[in-house]
Amino acid sequence: MPPRVVVTGIGIISSIGQNIPETLQSLKSSKSGIGPITNLNTIHKGTIPVAEIKLSDEELAELAGFTDKDYLTRTSLLGIIAAKEAFNSAGLEIESTYQGVKTGIVSATTVGGMDKTENYYYDFLSNNKYTHYVYTHDCGHSTEKIAELFGIKDYMTTVSTACSSSANAIMFATRLIKNGIVDRVIAGGTDALSKFTLNGFNTLKILDSNPCQPFDNNRMGLNLGEGAGYLILESEEIARKNKSKILCEVSGYANTNDAYHQTASSPDGFGAYLAMKQAIEISGIHAEDIDYINAHGTGTDNNDLTEGIAIEKIFAPAVPKVSSTKPFTGHTLAAAGSIEAIFSVLAIANRMVFPNLNFKEKIGELSFEPVRNLIENIEINHALSNSFGFGGNDTSLILSKY
Amino acid sequence: MEAYIKGIGNISPQRTFDNSTFLEEIIESARPFMTCIEPNYKEFIEPIQLRRMGRILKMGVTASRICLKDAGIELPDAIIAGTGLGLLQDTEKFLTSMLNNDEKFLNPTSFIQSTHNTVGAHIAVMLKCNKYNYTFVHSNISFESAILDSLMQLKENPDSNILLGGLDEMTDQHYQITERAGFWEKSQNAISKGKGHSKIIPGEGASFFVLSKKQSKTNYARFSGVNTFYKPENTNEIINRINKFLESNNLSVNDIDLILLGQQDQFGDEIFNGVREKLFQESIQTWYKHLCGEYNTSTAFASWLAANILKRQVIPEIIKMKKQNKKIPLKNILIYNHFRNIYHSLILLSAC
Amino acid sequence: MAELTEKLKKEIIEVLNLEDLETDDIENNAPLFGDGLGLDSIDALELIVLLEKNYGIKLEDPKEGKNVFYSVQAMADYIEKNQKN
Repeated sequence: MPPRVVVTGIGIISSIGQNIPETLQSLKSSKSGIGPITNLNTIHKGTIPVAEIKLSDEELAELAGFTDKDYLTRTSLLGIIAAKEAFNSAGLEIESTYQGVKTGIVSATTVGGMDKTENYYYDFLSNNKYTHYVYTHDCGHSTEKIAELFGIKDYMTTVSTACSSSANAIMFATRLIKNGIVDRVIAGGTDALSKFTLNGFNTLKILDSNPCQPFDNNRMGLNLGEGAGYLILESEEIARKNKSKILCEVSGYANTNDAYHQTASSPDGFGAYLAMKQAIEISGIHAEDIDYINAHGTGTDNNDLTEGIAIEKIFAPAVPKVSSTKPFTGHTLAAAGSIEAIFSVLAIANRMVFPNLNFKEKIGELSFEPVRNLIENIEINHALSNSFGFGGNDTSLILSKY
Repeated sequence: MEAYIKGIGNISPQRTFDNSTFLEEIIESARPFMTCIEPNYKEFIEPIQLRRMGRILKMGVTASRICLKDAGIELPDAIIAGTGLGLLQDTEKFLTSMLNNDEKFLNPTSFIQSTHNTVGAHIAVMLKCNKYNYTFVHSNISFESAILDSLMQLKENPDSNILLGGLDEMTDQHYQITERAGFWEKSQNAISKGKGHSKIIPGEGASFFVLSKKQSKTNYARFSGVNTFYKPENTNEIINRINKFLESNNLSVNDIDLILLGQQDQFGDEIFNGVREKLFQESIQTWYKHLCGEYNTSTAFASWLAANILKRQVIPEIIKMKKQNKKIPLKNILIYNHFRNIYHSLILLSAC
Repeated sequence: MAELTEKLKKEIIEVLNLEDLETDDIENNAPLFGDGLGLDSIDALELIVLLEKNYGIKLEDPKEGKNVFYSVQAMADYIEKNQKN
């Protein structure tokens, strides 16, 4: 009988807070992190809003406990900060052996070290001033840095599947525990803002020049964000043995592929529908047991309509409370899955549903509208979190009260 | 956890995309880096799609097509890939265009194709495959991560067919940058340091496998186990881990008929030589990187090699490190690889 | 106009990597998308870049693309109308 997998720690950093308490406070007070670009050195300053963390790389390094001589990318620093909080919140201590508990890390990123590579690329081609950053470019690097910090050697890997990356990291970590490969995993993802991604998304013409409006009939696109989120996942047995505080359970998960187009979703949201349906099947609950959906809800024309159609196909007429929290944090790309899974954990633990900011008018083709205002004192037994990425990579996670 | 290899598709610096041949002709190591012998892609991909695909995307999609045909499977139940650096050419194209044109007039195609899971996604679109689709991107254990996931998938869903791949490309620009940064200098513990060539030869390749739990006469071999570890303290730890890994598969070093080592030249280094001498004196000692070069997913090439050796019960002369009598029949092959003593990997393949 | 349509065809073939096509293969009024040349939404984005880079015309709303890029003739007409000299 595979073990149940529970969440015993969470850590986060994004434009709405440097840690869980700050983040929760922002979520409760509708404080968005979207605004003008200040850090990133780009021609799009002043025209494209983003959800930037208002700390320079040096300030992030200090917060993480490092210096610039450690040659850490912004992506790595964000990851370290969030991972440290998750680790501490689970009551773990950094030690070289984990008292017989096989511990691993599954992280996710799309940007990797590109935030540094794009600044020093001409130097890479012509001189040796910044060769350290040649070695920090690949996706595995930030994972390795976090693993080193915590002395994790038993298992590590990195997933990179665009916007569903860290949701996939959480799913893979859960399966590693269920299959007995490891007993505990620090799972999540990290992405820093970079010119590469900003310009890339800009060429796709899916950025909103104002704060995004998920599920609104007049939505104009998404806002990019940056951040990191990590969860400590453990087998139920280990968690109980160590008397860890159990925040909730990862009860369902599924990854499917829309198989329609590289960047657009199929008109009926087939991949999304399959992901949610299969996650519900894995969890052993029924659709009507889902109390809250933290939607992918980027604010693009295509995603919100197709995700909405898929939600209706499964849940209508009793569509549960739905909100996208991307008007708070922006679209944090590889970190979105884990950041938003953490929001589902917070919803369960604090008995609340966070609002879908900037919403005014329902999408014509859909029957439901998202949650407009914060709801408190509400029992959330099961929360569904969606992350749908480029390449039709669709992942749904179900977090359940333990 | 184990699985049969039902089909293979391999594009590499050797003429390997035709499954009916097996290293009949050896293409010498090229400098500064080895590049793939590529098939005529028009035979595998429709022109309307081919026209804007970058090189590694063509390689990956074609290798997967060859593999699926070889396995007699039209629709796999999962697509799981490993790549160390992803789609380099497209990444470089978008990045240099962005830098050279001050972020103006940028082309979306190369950005879209720079996403690491593009190959897996493209295969899914072509096959209309709505199933599980993952890409692992973690240095030289990317392919090993994909193997582990594939084996777990089969444990969870024993009736599945899993499409597993390992791929990486080398470009002129990437070589230039990494060479300047000292990436290809041989490490201190390389035996050959100071003798002849001091540079590692990079390579590239795209190798795909269909895995299944169903026995069949046409199966190549079995993946019987995979293990990775990070920065071991010393050679003793490596030796302990290898022994433990084999034990967990109910084997010992005496059961390993052939050891396939990821050393970068015929001289090896302290670690490869230590492992070879202390554990595998009785095994047929072989190496493979002179055939494919050094790259993050080179163990996918090594797996192709091992699977063919086990199926054909033939060891190509070119991979043998010394004259040794062949053990009949060959039952177990262990692939052992490391790069700069950071990530180490073990892949166990067994005869069907 | 004939010069412009010929130039456009060359540019389209280049930007969209339609390697096997000659300008003669593309009719002025034939639909470029869907059943015509079989182009898709990514190609439409590439054509938007082409319009801006080579003709200085910025298409803010990609939805307009359906009409503007309907055919080579439609593109040429749009350029003649909107090009800043």
